[in-house]
Amino acid sequence: MSKLMSAKTKEILLGPLAKNNPITVQVLGICSALAVTAKLEPALVMGISVTIIVAFSNVIISLLRNTIPNRIRIIVQLVVVAALVTIVSEFLKAFAYDVSVQLSVYIGLIITNCILMGRLEAFAMSNGPWESFIDGLGNGFGYAWILVVVAFFRELLGSGTLFGYQVVPQALYDAGYSNNGLMILPPMALILVACIIWVHRAKDKELQE
Amino acid sequence: MNTNSNTYTFIYATVMVAVVALMLAFVSSALKGIQTENIELDKKKQILSSLNINLEGEDAAALYDQYIVQELIINTNADIRSDVKGEAFALDFNKEMSKQASERQLPLYIAEVEGATKYIIPMQGAGLWGSIWGYVSLNEDKNTVYGTYFSHASETPGLGAEIAEKEFQHRFAGKKIFNNQEQLVSIAVMKSGQKADNKDQVDGISGGTITSQGVEAMLLNCLTQYEAYFKIKGGTEE
Repeated sequence: MSKLMSAKTKEILLGPLAKNNPITVQVLGICSALAVTAKLEPALVMGISVTIIVAFSNVIISLLRNTIPNRIRIIVQLVVVAALVTIVSEFLKAFAYDVSVQLSVYIGLIITNCILMGRLEAFAMSNGPWESFIDGLGNGFGYAWILVVVAFFRELLGSGTLFGYQVVPQALYDAGYSNNGLMILPPMALILVACIIWVHRAKDKELQE
Repeated sequence: MNTNSNTYTFIYATVMVAVVALMLAFVSSALKGIQTENIELDKKKQILSSLNINLEGEDAAALYDQYIVQELIINTNADIRSDVKGEAFALDFNKEMSKQASERQLPLYIAEVEGATKYIIPMQGAGLWGSIWGYVSLNEDKNTVYGTYFSHASETPGLGAEIAEKEFQHRFAGKKIFNNQEQLVSIAVMKSGQKADNKDQVDGISGGTITSQGVEAMLLNCLTQYEAYFKIKGGTEE
């Protein structure tokens, strides 16, 4: 176990959650972060899907890394990602149809998510399968938790619900409170991501430029 | 081994494509059955939705069997081709719409809600970015709209996509599709402030003009096909 969880692998797993976060520090995968975070449920499913796909495509590319012809390596990476995404999308259609309808094109667009190509090219091509798997999980979680936080605020303030359940009491609406329609629109996701970046940098001196 | 040679690259690419293709074909055919069930269930939900039935946490398949009492396939002359349950449901409406009008087989669902007969007409049309579709339920008089359901493939969220919201769909309730001269004129979807000529109208979506026009065209286009059937008065005569 000590070999499985050395200080280095721990850093690989936990780094992307904060100091090396794909969204707030590297500013990758913003497109999907805007698109699927109006409600918590699709955000969570998107986070889990991306995590699974990054982790497994990282492992596959890492296992193949010594055999991949250098000239077509990006194509090979794309084929692996596209195949995994198609499989996940087929599974969603079979077992979580409503969610797959909600995520619609964004599942397919995971293929173009920069986080994936970034991790494959920067990490999996030069590291072993176990480290690559951990790296994929770390980056997937780093992406997922930002999505969930953004979706939490957007759904709570925009629709007054969480996971589709009403949480803002009717009494508050009767007293004149109303949902903020702006929260439902994509620009609000950018502003919320910016707020997270702000808090993040204010707390972590290393990230300040 | 030289992984940079042309031969190696070609063989690598070929094998990779073949393996991936086989894998995807396998997954796709293995999950086909469950996916088709989901799509059918979703269609039942859409049909029920046009009857203003709240499906939250309900078994849609059971509700469908409870409410939908008859499924018909008719043609544009109102001849009934089939009244076997399941046949109209299995029809690909999209495909029928691309045929010549006289050859189309038109599905029609007849529901019984709180003792009253409702006629449900499927809709198919085009929005701004892609297809739009829906169901419209009519009261026993085959004239007054009871409820609607619209959905879309890729309209803009917050603008055209609002047609999928209940708030928009409820605007149609109580509107009439025939005018005072007994002509089928459908319902106009207008910018607020505009006035439709000699027909009922609802407000369109601000910022979603093309989608609103798409809904209007879809309503007219699809309802017209059933005109002969609508003109047979006196409920289900069979």
